[in-house]
Amino acid sequence: MSIHIDAEKCTGCGSCEPVCPFGAIEVVDDVAQIKDNCNVCGACQDACDFDAIVIERPAEEDAGDDNSQGVWVFAEQRNGQIKGVVYELLNKGRELADAVNTELCAVCLGHNVEGVEQLGKYGADKVYLFDDPMLAQFEDDIYTQCMVDLIRERKPRMMITGATALGRAFIPRVAAIIETGLTADCTGLDIDKETGLLLQTRPTFGGNIMATIVCRTKRPQMSTVRPHVFKKGTPEPGRKAEIIRMILDGKPTDSRVKLLEFIEDVTEKIKVEDADIIVSGGRGLGKPENFKVVEELAEQLGAAVGASRAAVDEGWIPYSHQVGQTGKTVCPKLYIACGISGAVQHLAGMQTSDTIVAINEDPNAPIFEVATYGIVGDIFEIVPMLTAKIKESRG
Amino acid sequence: MNIVVCIKQVPSTTEVKINSETNTLVREGVESIINPFDTYAIEEGVRLKERFGGKVTILTMGPPQADIALKECIEVGADEGILVSDRAFAGSDTLATSYVLSKAIEKIGDYDLVISGKQTMDGDTGQVGPGIAQRLGIPFVAYVSRVDDISDGKMKAERMIDEGHEVVEAPVPCVMSVSKEINVPRLPSLRGKMKAKSAQLTVWSAQDLGIEDNKVGLAGSPTFVMQIFSPKRERQSEMLEGSSAEQVSALCDKLSEMKVV
Ligand SMILES: Cc1cc2nc3c(=O)[nH]c(=O)nc-3n(C[C@H](O)[C@H](O)[C@H](O)COP(=O)(O)OP(=O)(O)OC[C@H]3O[C@@H](n4cnc5c(N)ncnc54)[C@H](O)[C@@H]3O)c2cc1C
Ligand SMILES: Nc1ncnc2c1ncn2[C@@H]1O[C@H](COP(=O)(O)O)[C@@H](O)[C@H]1O
Repeated sequence: MSIHIDAEKCTGCGSCEPVCPFGAIEVVDDVAQIKDNCNVCGACQDACDFDAIVIERPAEEDAGDDNSQGVWVFAEQRNGQIKGVVYELLNKGRELADAVNTELCAVCLGHNVEGVEQLGKYGADKVYLFDDPMLAQFEDDIYTQCMVDLIRERKPRMMITGATALGRAFIPRVAAIIETGLTADCTGLDIDKETGLLLQTRPTFGGNIMATIVCRTKRPQMSTVRPHVFKKGTPEPGRKAEIIRMILDGKPTDSRVKLLEFIEDVTEKIKVEDADIIVSGGRGLGKPENFKVVEELAEQLGAAVGASRAAVDEGWIPYSHQVGQTGKTVCPKLYIACGISGAVQHLAGMQTSDTIVAINEDPNAPIFEVATYGIVGDIFEIVPMLTAKIKESRG
Repeated sequence: MNIVVCIKQVPSTTEVKINSETNTLVREGVESIINPFDTYAIEEGVRLKERFGGKVTILTMGPPQADIALKECIEVGADEGILVSDRAFAGSDTLATSYVLSKAIEKIGDYDLVISGKQTMDGDTGQVGPGIAQRLGIPFVAYVSRVDDISDGKMKAERMIDEGHEVVEAPVPCVMSVSKEINVPRLPSLRGKMKAKSAQLTVWSAQDLGIEDNKVGLAGSPTFVMQIFSPKRERQSEMLEGSSAEQVSALCDKLSEMKVV
């Protein structure tokens, strides 16, 4: 155990008690005691005015003198198309690379991937390209091995991957083999001015609390980021990346997990994650038929239909429409929330939308705290009126 | 078939908040629960046992009071519970946690399938499952939504990906994480409750697992929490006033300024 209380210094004031997210510190007989469920997060240390809480951390290595360099972005593709999230990551990656004065590289695994030069236009200095028929589909073992070998050989300082189903399934394996830290679902990435370390900020405790995490001693510092958390940059037409072709020599040629069949989603008309406008419905709709009100407005606006988890759990609409921490993260130009209270977990998935409109009969609903425009009223009155009005203005 | 299900006890997180004035955490009776996503893993383990025979062992790493969570698993059909608990584990991140759990699974020894939840509610990373698979040197199948069959050393299952579903075949033993779609967890039965009452749980320490100190706890965790704070809301809100018709027409004006309509 590397946390303890300096009994000499502790005054038993108790200011550490309420700050512990785990309830793992308690003052007994005028001295704070650490309980077994302590997670050594350090919250109590910050709250202690007497330096009585001692956390012994493993010796630090100076991030400045390690020989790793470069910020890498995993350029995920599916069926030869580079995913949208990659361009968002390149935009952020460029910022990070400039801040520590290093290069930005994209790593692409696939076969006949289209638009590899786009990666340069969006900010990459180099593209490591593995092009092989064996990589056309996601093959767990081969992808993992390629990534691990390349990291070992070129020693990147940071690596960012999209928190897609594929990214989440395979990057943790890579991190476990390299034995480095991996921070999932970051919503903020920054460079610490003093140490040059990557500051990885993410929601924890169901979105109630944000934590900033660093990886001090191991390289690369790895993070995943959900799609639509960062904005895509503007491409520079003249910009070119150096394309470095890699070969699969000596890598496994077979994956233990075999793909037998792919079943495409019977997709919604417009996917929530790709939509510019989203109209979402929550428990306030009351019953499944009432989703019609939301759908009609969406249709008028050419918008996708979203939902809160409460609406999904009620079975009013499939899970693929769910917005929020355990659903999709969206960042449309306009998000209209109808009968949604605005629980943190819902906000976590939509609060970065450009404009948010909230319609709710409860003036104290937390959704109004993030709304650009709020209407206190009955959705069954307001929403159809809005739909009609838009229809009318379009003639 | 021997199935190991990994579960975690987590604080019921909707209760945890930061008081924005004092910047301290507010916990209203932090009650511990089984990570909700793990209940699907437990249920699937029990269902597979009912289909293919064998035994379900629940494994958790946590403080001594996590034994309550193990008993709850036995109430819903699990056979055995193992608690891996040691002060040396405090502060472990996902890398260190998956190391400890893989050592415990190796000690259990005779296993065909390891099931984890999709993610935890507190850590919320989904990294522990693939981490365990890597340490054990076996494949990992993420977000399984249906298990079709397990026979002849192979598992056929459907997994969820961003674009839809994939049917895959993986050799057993393997690790799979399950998605919510896979089942509806059952409620405890009376028989289960009786069984849980008298169940003997196994407790293993770091020493029992032959774990090297520098691979767990803070020393074995490359990631480290520097700061915690409450999420900021920076938006300027404008409440529209007047009758419903007035509000709607004000909104339409705003939307047409934005060139949406
Ligand atoms: C680990 C975890 C993960 C979660 N992940 C997600 C997630 O990804 N996405 C998500 O959305 N939630 C998530 N939740 C659930 C979340 O906490 C809330 O329970 C959920 O978002 C509530 O949905 P709601 O706003 O539709 O329902 P409610 O909170 O019940 O709100 C309904 C609202 O409708 C209003 N209303 C009712 N009738 C009318 C009317 N006629 N006119 C106008 N307004 C009306 C009410 O005033 C109320 O504000 C998660 C929870 C946990 C614990
Ligand atoms: N301390 C733990 N003990 C047992 N299983 C765990 C533990 N932490 C995580 N897991 C398992 O790993 C899954 C993913 O956890 P996480 O990576 O923390 O999101 C969980 O759903 C559990 O099945």
